[in-house]
Amino acid sequence: MSNEITEPREDEIQALVDDRLDPARRAEIESWLLSNPDAAARVAGLRAQREAVEQAFSGLLDRPVPAQLQNIDALVSVQPSPVWRMAAMIALVVVGAAGGWFANDAINQSQVVATAFTQDAVRAHSLYVGEKRHAVEVNAQEEKHLVAWLSRRLQNELVAPDLSAQGYQLVGGRLLPASVTGPAAQFMYETGGGERITIYIEQDETGRGNDFEFTSYDGVSAFWWKDGPLAYVLIGKKDRDQLLALARATREQFTP
Amino acid sequence: MGRTSFDLVEPHIPSLRRYALVLLRQDEQRADDLVQDCLVRALSRWHLWRHPGNLRGWLFTILHNIYVNDVARAVARPDVVEIQDYFPSMAVPANQVHSIQLREVVKAIQGLSDPQRQTLLLVTMEGFSYDETAEITGVPIGTVMSRLSCARDKVREEVAGETKSRGRSAT
Repeated sequence: MSNEITEPREDEIQALVDDRLDPARRAEIESWLLSNPDAAARVAGLRAQREAVEQAFSGLLDRPVPAQLQNIDALVSVQPSPVWRMAAMIALVVVGAAGGWFANDAINQSQVVATAFTQDAVRAHSLYVGEKRHAVEVNAQEEKHLVAWLSRRLQNELVAPDLSAQGYQLVGGRLLPASVTGPAAQFMYETGGGERITIYIEQDETGRGNDFEFTSYDGVSAFWWKDGPLAYVLIGKKDRDQLLALARATREQFTP
Repeated sequence: MGRTSFDLVEPHIPSLRRYALVLLRQDEQRADDLVQDCLVRALSRWHLWRHPGNLRGWLFTILHNIYVNDVARAVARPDVVEIQDYFPSMAVPANQVHSIQLREVVKAIQGLSDPQRQTLLLVTMEGFSYDETAEITGVPIGTVMSRLSCARDKVREEVAGETKSRGRSAT
C-alpha cells in the first residue's frame, strides 16, 4: 500500500477516464490504482465504456445534412414546426397550471373571465416574462423585421406599440401557438427597472369588437379586447388603472 | 444575420444533429426540427453571440434549452428502448469494441434520466469540457461531475448485468 499518494477524489477519477488530468496527478493516481484493484477495475471499465460511446455514435456525424437545415432564407423566416407548436402548447399548460389564482385581493372574483384566449395569453406571459436570455425570439433591435414577420404570420398589419410615454420599452417578440385560430404574436415590454408586460395578439374569426374586459389569474392581471379581425390581451403585474392606461395606449395605436 | 453568420454556424450542424438524434432516440424528423429551431434562434440572436466566444458551446446551449423547455415535455420517454431500431450502422461491428457491447452501452445510455444522459453525451460523445458542460446545461460544475459519475456507473452496471444474463442463458 502506498501511503504517500492521496486517494483520488471522484471527480479526479472521472477526469482520469476522460484523460483530462495533468500528467503529474495522472501518474500518481495510476500508481495508486496498482494497489487498489477494485478501483482499477472500475477505471478500466469506464475507459472501455468511454471508447464504446465514442464509437457507437461516430457514424451519425457522416449523415448528409437535409435541405431543411441548409436553406438559410427558410431558416430565418421559418415558423416553428408543428411538433414544437404542440410541444410549446403542452409546456404552456404545464406552466399555467402551476400558478395561484387571485393574487390581487382587490380583484373581484366575478370579474374573472377565463376564456381559452386569455388563458393562452397569460400562460405565454408567465412562461417568458421571467426569461433572461430567451425572453423573446426576435429582439427589439430588429423591430422592423419582427413586426413584418408577425404581421405576415397573423395575416394582419400589426404594430409594436410605442409605450415609452408610459415608461415601457420594447424588448422584442415571438410567435406562439394559439389554441383557437392560427398562430399568436407576443410583444414584450419592460421598464428601466426590469418590470415586464406582454401584449398577446391572436386572430379572431368572429370579427366583432368589444370593450375592455378585465381578468386576473396566475398572479397577473390582464385587459383583453377585440377589434375587427384581431383579439388582444395586455398582461402585467399592475393594478387595474395602470394596466388600463397601457391597454388604451395600445389600442389607439392599433386602430388609428 | 446573413451569409456570414450561417457560414460560421454551418460546420457545427453535423454534431448538433447527432446530439439531437441521440437525445430524441433517433427520431429524425424531430431531431431535424430541433436543430432547425436551434439555428433559427441562433441566427435571429446573432448579436448576442460574443466574438470570440465559444460558438459551438453557445449553439449547444440554445439546443439544450429548446429541448428542455419545449421538447422533452412533449416527448414521452419510452419504457422500453427498442435498440435494434436505432443505429442501423451499428450492425457493422467496430474494430476494438464488440458490437454487442456497443448496443448494450447505447441501450443503457438511453435508459438514463435526461440530465444524466445529457451530461454523459456532452462530455463523452461531444468532448465538451466539464466547464462547458456546466455552462450548456445550466448547472454548477459539481452537479456535472456527480451526474457524470452516476451515469457512468449506471451504464457500467447495466452492461455488466446484460452480459451476465446473456452468459447464463447461453449455457
